[in-house]
Amino acid sequence: MRWRRPLSVAAVVVLAPVLARPADAHLTGTGLGPFYDGLVHLFFAPEDLLQVVGITLLAGLGGARPARAVLFALPAAWLAGTVAGVLVGPHTTVLAPAAAVTALGGLVAADASLPAWTITGVAIAIGVLDGGQNGAELAGAHASMLVAVGAVCALFATVSLLGGQVVSVRAPWARIAVRVGGSWISAIGLLMLGWSLRGNGITT
Amino acid sequence: MRSVRRRVASLALVSILLPASALAHVRGGEAIGLASGLQHPVSGLDHVLAMVAVGLWGAQLGAPAIWLLPVTFPMVMAFGGMLGLAGVKLPGIELGIACSAIALGVAVCLELRPGPWGAALLVGMFAVFHGHAHGTELPPGANGLLYSIGFVVATGTLHALGIGIGLVHRWPAGRTALRAAGAVVALAGATFLWRAIAGGGA
Repeated sequence: MRWRRPLSVAAVVVLAPVLARPADAHLTGTGLGPFYDGLVHLFFAPEDLLQVVGITLLAGLGGARPARAVLFALPAAWLAGTVAGVLVGPHTTVLAPAAAVTALGGLVAADASLPAWTITGVAIAIGVLDGGQNGAELAGAHASMLVAVGAVCALFATVSLLGGQVVSVRAPWARIAVRVGGSWISAIGLLMLGWSLRGNGITT
Repeated sequence: MRSVRRRVASLALVSILLPASALAHVRGGEAIGLASGLQHPVSGLDHVLAMVAVGLWGAQLGAPAIWLLPVTFPMVMAFGGMLGLAGVKLPGIELGIACSAIALGVAVCLELRPGPWGAALLVGMFAVFHGHAHGTELPPGANGLLYSIGFVVATGTLHALGIGIGLVHRWPAGRTALRAAGAVVALAGATFLWRAIAGGGA
């Protein structure tokens, strides 16, 4: 029975790119230069931010080991994905982020105790997919790679601050608050799926 | 402390004065989407009473229901919203919402204790109707994702409000007051049901 959990996570990771659909670009301009454009990008892209918060909460609930691994794996995978996205071109997704947000929020709400390598693997998958999408947008907008550097810095800061807080949670009510937050994330992900279905003309 | 406040105020002022920050984002409808989402759950008394009653009941039942119900409701509600967005029809939505107020009000009034999973099942069953009703009512031009975020946050806040009020359960007078509040919710639900039946129950 122990193999089922990693298999389910792997299935989500594999299915997410398969469900890919084209998405709109969402680069943000601050007027302060490309690095700062990248720095704020994460906070103007809720579909990216929700995934980052979801995986960070999951890793934080899992303890210091997965949290440390995600802290470095996610930004690194994001940067690699961005470079790949710039080189390969658009492979952007709509259903994949929604599915990922739903699954991550659900895992946090259930307080699922996954192995560190599984959480890290999911973080890498998220980083590559979202980074790839951002890379494709960068290439399309002929933007500087400093945007990617700014985005990765924001990502690292967010994961370290949020992950550190969750790892240090000791009070039972605080852990429950994190799980309630996970249920909210999952709920938003389900509604994202609904919007995706409607936006793609699947509805009647 | 004062210097930190000054820096934050300066940063806020500078960010307001930078016109590019307001114009650069290529998407549209974010503000109206978030505002609509936050406003929508509190715009209907039927939804507000049911959400607060979920919190009241959770507080009455204590752990683990006090957190299990607010975790269950938004997830199942969002599932209902997803069905609505996907075009799946659900009959008797208004009847279901009215019945949810009655059932939750009666549960609070009588301090029913069906066990945490029984309570979660009941709450989840009604959450589908609430989600379906709200999920299909995005105003034109609004951002769907921001609407969803506002919608879920507002619903969760109503649950938290109910839990906060329900903490008076620790005192004997508070218990009586909670049961009275449950009766009021059930009566209001009966009124909603009457209206829904009179209006065709759409």
